[in-house]
Amino acid sequence: MEFFRIRKDIPFMSWGRYTTAISLVTFVLAVFFLVTRGLNLSVDFTGGTVMEVSYGNAADLQKVRAALGELGFAEANVTNFGTSRDVLIRLPVRKDLAGARLSDQVMAKLGTVDPTATKRRVEFVGPQVGDELVTDGLLALLVVSLGIVAYLSIRFKWRPAVATILANLHDVVIILGFFALFQWEFSLPVLAAVLAILGYSVNESVVVFDRVRENFRKMRGAAVTRVIDNAITRTMSRTIITHGCTQLMVTSMLFFGGEALHYFALALTIGIIFGIYSSVLVACPIAMWLGMNRDDFVHVEKKQEVVEEGA
Amino acid sequence: MNRFPLWKNAIIAIALLLGLLYTLPNFFGHSYAVQVSPLGASAKPDQALRGQVAAALLAAQVPALGTSLEVDSVRVRFASPDDQLKARDLLDRTLNPEGRAPGYVVALNLVANAPAWLGAVGAEPMYLGLDLAGGVHFLLQVDMKAALNKRVDGTLTEVRSQLRDARVFYSGVSRDGNKVVVRFHDGEQRDAARKLLDRNFADFAFTDQGSGEDLAITGSLRPEAYKGIQDAALKQNILALRNRVNELGAKEPIIQQQGEDRIVVELPGVQDTAKAKDIIGRTASLEIRLADDEHPAPTSASEPPPFGDELVTERNGIPVFVKKQVVLTGEVITDAAAGFDSQSGRPNVNISMDAKGARVIKQVSRENLKKRMAILLIEKTKTEAISVATIQDELGARFQITGLASPVEANDLALLLRAGALAAPMEFIEERTVGPSLGAENISRGFHSTWIGFTAISVFMAVYYMLFGFISVVALATNVLFLVGLLSLLQATLTLPGMAGIALTVGMAIDANVLINERIREEIRGGNSPGASIHAGYDRAFATILDSNVTTAIAGIALFAFGSGPIKGFAVVLVLGIATSMFSSVLVSRALVNLIYGSRRKIAKLSIGNTNWREEGVGL
Repeated sequence: MEFFRIRKDIPFMSWGRYTTAISLVTFVLAVFFLVTRGLNLSVDFTGGTVMEVSYGNAADLQKVRAALGELGFAEANVTNFGTSRDVLIRLPVRKDLAGARLSDQVMAKLGTVDPTATKRRVEFVGPQVGDELVTDGLLALLVVSLGIVAYLSIRFKWRPAVATILANLHDVVIILGFFALFQWEFSLPVLAAVLAILGYSVNESVVVFDRVRENFRKMRGAAVTRVIDNAITRTMSRTIITHGCTQLMVTSMLFFGGEALHYFALALTIGIIFGIYSSVLVACPIAMWLGMNRDDFVHVEKKQEVVEEGA
Repeated sequence: MNRFPLWKNAIIAIALLLGLLYTLPNFFGHSYAVQVSPLGASAKPDQALRGQVAAALLAAQVPALGTSLEVDSVRVRFASPDDQLKARDLLDRTLNPEGRAPGYVVALNLVANAPAWLGAVGAEPMYLGLDLAGGVHFLLQVDMKAALNKRVDGTLTEVRSQLRDARVFYSGVSRDGNKVVVRFHDGEQRDAARKLLDRNFADFAFTDQGSGEDLAITGSLRPEAYKGIQDAALKQNILALRNRVNELGAKEPIIQQQGEDRIVVELPGVQDTAKAKDIIGRTASLEIRLADDEHPAPTSASEPPPFGDELVTERNGIPVFVKKQVVLTGEVITDAAAGFDSQSGRPNVNISMDAKGARVIKQVSRENLKKRMAILLIEKTKTEAISVATIQDELGARFQITGLASPVEANDLALLLRAGALAAPMEFIEERTVGPSLGAENISRGFHSTWIGFTAISVFMAVYYMLFGFISVVALATNVLFLVGLLSLLQATLTLPGMAGIALTVGMAIDANVLINERIREEIRGGNSPGASIHAGYDRAFATILDSNVTTAIAGIALFAFGSGPIKGFAVVLVLGIATSMFSSVLVSRALVNLIYGSRRKIAKLSIGNTNWREEGVGL
């Protein structure tokens, strides 16, 4: 079986104008939603308390709210979680209360209203921890980006390196844009997914640029656009199949992994879909406009040959 | 061309065997257990205790899977967490009747079911993280300002006494923020003091100030000394927490430093978070001071204390004046045990002190015979005298507090003395509690989603690449084997993000085999012989595989460096997974291909799918 029997090179580079336009529009939209709606940050980042409480029968949310109101938490957010018997309670950080004691008070109160209430999960994060996690998250993003640029620069010189990281950061912004648009909860695992997908999507560009290098060697005299078109066409089969396989696993997590892995898998899904597109169809045009040519690969290529002969 | 030398095949075979060996214990799972261990250093569990436990369970009709006698405990296994909880409460009630000092710690535990011979070769299952096993995680922030205050206050006292001993006349010793200020009227005294201070207080940097009659020496804490105080405070608090957690009866708790001023406490299996917080969060420190016997005892808790005194209340509410000057702080107490006085038969508490404490207490008790000494428990907002007792004799490294009303009181006091010695108060800044049912659900969901995803990938690969796809799947399976084996060998803690990491690694590791298979197909299309195609395919794909893994590894390392808790677990799996996938997708799959095709003299066709078509427009 073989899905891709492409006998002629597909002129991807001549579509550069359109793909870049699409990218720009989605990027601008993502930034727009990020600015106007903001991320629905989880308790990990904002600080506060989240409690998951399970009831014997369908839970009466009004009663839960009333009980919390009596404790002085009129601002508590009470929703069903998964099933009608599970309730998710979010309590904001309050300066006047020792946060860690709060969950015990709430559980005691809920227990008096309905003795079937059992605690499934409690997460309390103090405000100082939340602020740090935001800083650490941004730092991690920066370090990953710089690390990848550094590695790709060693491997390919700066033009493909910069093009690749731009294309992939554009994916990150788009994932964040989706989370802002739909107000999906952005938690620590989602952040981990975003960073993992950043490292993973870069593979795509690496594979294509590897092939571009090889083509510059084989296809002497060919125009840069032709070299790139051929590289993309010849690696397309691998690109789609690899991502398809990864997505099979991620889809499985999305549907069978439960609530805890849901948004993690969702972030990966968006990242994989946009990763395919951008790391090829955004990275290559950017690299071309940055003036990528044979010289970006030739020097490295010589070194490579010496190594290969020596090995 | 497509044959591995014997040593390469041997390495792969050995790696596979080791992988299998270390992965094996995880398949046996865990069972729910209750551990009963006698309190006290000399007490050992015996068959009698085992019989007692078994009889109690039988009488209450709690079904146990079996009891066993371990080195320091009697262990009972149960089929479900419900039985386990029931048994814990039952045994606690039976073995530790109310009104008597508890003689046993009854704790929940998860016990690996793996056979003993696996443990003997060091093959143990991974630890289950709290999100899988259920339990509670706390992050505590140590109040370093308080530790610093304590240190500066102690220094003030020390400076005064040393200057007095050396007969250096000063006009005042005071505190200005974290600085020590000593005032003098004349320069000669100041110079003498400066010499002494420079010599004896190396933690401070001193400078001369002022002129004429108004002279001073200002000492500020050196940065490295500040670091030392922080470290010491943190270590002391961790030690105190360890004692407290032991009192709580949690087995295999994790208590670790995180960052400069934080402590992580993880208590697997603990569900009563309110009690855990009460015991852990008892942000108390101990101080031994002299009670003021010169002034009449206060009549009410609002009476203003005489100069140099402080008013505190005893546990029964009686107010008492104690001197502000601190004789000793709690960290000198090495042990405290409740017992009975051999002469009067009344309950007492035996206290042991370290050498420094013994030296000080000896001197102070000699000088203050028949006066009263108070042990204060200082919590964040209030100070309480947990014991005010008359010094009957010169005290040494071991002494006892008598006159306690009941064994319960003696026990409480001993516990407070043992576990109460915090160097600085702490605050809860994070709590994560996962109930046991949610933990079990997380395990099965994590496992199922990985399994379903793996099956889907396997089916696709076998259909799309035929025999080569099948080989890729076998390589992928060995990758999981290596990864889980490695994690078990490192005794890593498996968390839900960690499981997601394993799943994601599987999903991404297939990339290497797709690259190889595509490359082989291409070589064949390009007109190469099957044998040469295999060789070239593996060779050429390798550089790309390496490249693409390096970038994912960079992301994994950054996540490890900046991530916290469960995210670190994810990062570890990601990075290890990259290493194992390189091995399995390149070496293991190649070994299989070589086994199948390497020995044939002539390969007619590779089972890798249809390659019978030609590309056009390639500028070859």
